[in-house]
Amino acid sequence: MDTTQLAIEERVAEEHRHHSKPLFFYVWAALLVMTAIEVYLTYQNLPPVKMLTILLGLSFIKAALIIGYFMHLKYEVSVMKWATICSVVGCLIIMTIFFFPDAFRILHIGVK
Amino acid sequence: MAESALHDIPSVYEPSLFGTYSKKIGMWLFLLSDSLTFGALLYAYSYGRISTANWPTPFHSASIVNATVMTAFLLTSSLTMVLAVRASVDRNAKAQTLWLLATMVCGVGFIVLHGREWSNLIAEGLTLPMFPAVPGHEAASEFVNVSKTVPQFAATFFGLTGMHMLHVTLGVIYLGVVALRRKFIPILLVLWLVAWLGTPVYSPFHYGAHVLLIAAIVISIILWLKPKVYDSSDVEVAGLYWHFVDLVWMFIFPLVYLMSAKIL
Repeated sequence: MDTTQLAIEERVAEEHRHHSKPLFFYVWAALLVMTAIEVYLTYQNLPPVKMLTILLGLSFIKAALIIGYFMHLKYEVSVMKWATICSVVGCLIIMTIFFFPDAFRILHIGVK
Repeated sequence: MAESALHDIPSVYEPSLFGTYSKKIGMWLFLLSDSLTFGALLYAYSYGRISTANWPTPFHSASIVNATVMTAFLLTSSLTMVLAVRASVDRNAKAQTLWLLATMVCGVGFIVLHGREWSNLIAEGLTLPMFPAVPGHEAASEFVNVSKTVPQFAATFFGLTGMHMLHVTLGVIYLGVVALRRKFIPILLVLWLVAWLGTPVYSPFHYGAHVLLIAAIVISIILWLKPKVYDSSDVEVAGLYWHFVDLVWMFIFPLVYLMSAKIL
């Protein structure tokens, strides 16, 4: 392996040594609590649209915690953060634009 | 901190545009492409859910409890994976191996529970045409006409969760190679035999078990061609993959299970 890669790897490892270990336990506990809230809401038989909104909201918060802290994206350089997040979000927005109006149209017309 | 540390690298080296090593960038690129695979599958499921008025809600309380325990297994495995990465950068090889093995145990727990969930649904009559019929079982009343009236439910459910289960299985194998290297190959072969011979012929897992055999062959070739001791960067890259698998489940669990629950 070339020396540049080794130097970068050592620098990244050094950064990891500065991350607080208890923080990972707090994130894990927060993820478990949010999962418990999701399950609790399921047993409350909420209206589907309200339920979906809350569940998706919690899922995005959980995803942000996993990406930010467990996958360490929070500690990466700005270029890395923007390149990864923007590309995924952009593609998902395109999928949403193409898929969902049609699904709602079918729902409105009724299933034959 | 990260951006200032980037400039600490000696000036003779050209700094990386993304501030990190190439293996990690490669894994991020793979995960980005894989997120689109899962994105498409989740959209396909959601599309069917929205556009189909009589969408089945087969997940009763027992299924929800089972899926919740599966979620707890995955979340805990992410914690143990982070601790494995931390042990690797601290150059504590013993702790690194132990945390990796703990992560694998949680992953195997997830796969076993998921397999049980699948087997129960198939036995109740929620199945795909490609799955063999379960002898001596009659379809539960709620699934009698599902394969005819809403065939997209079983197709999207098994497609999405099956793809995720495959990712978890490959993740466990990946971690096994990083933790144990060549010693993992005989373990994998034993697991293949147990999964193959221990499941009935009509179970999809009877054939799915051959993924383990294929993986053992591929790993043997890789480790024969390029034997190496995996360092902290390899553990971190493996961790990225593992956390991604956990991340995907954070969307599958609410969208597939909780939104299709029937709590009486």
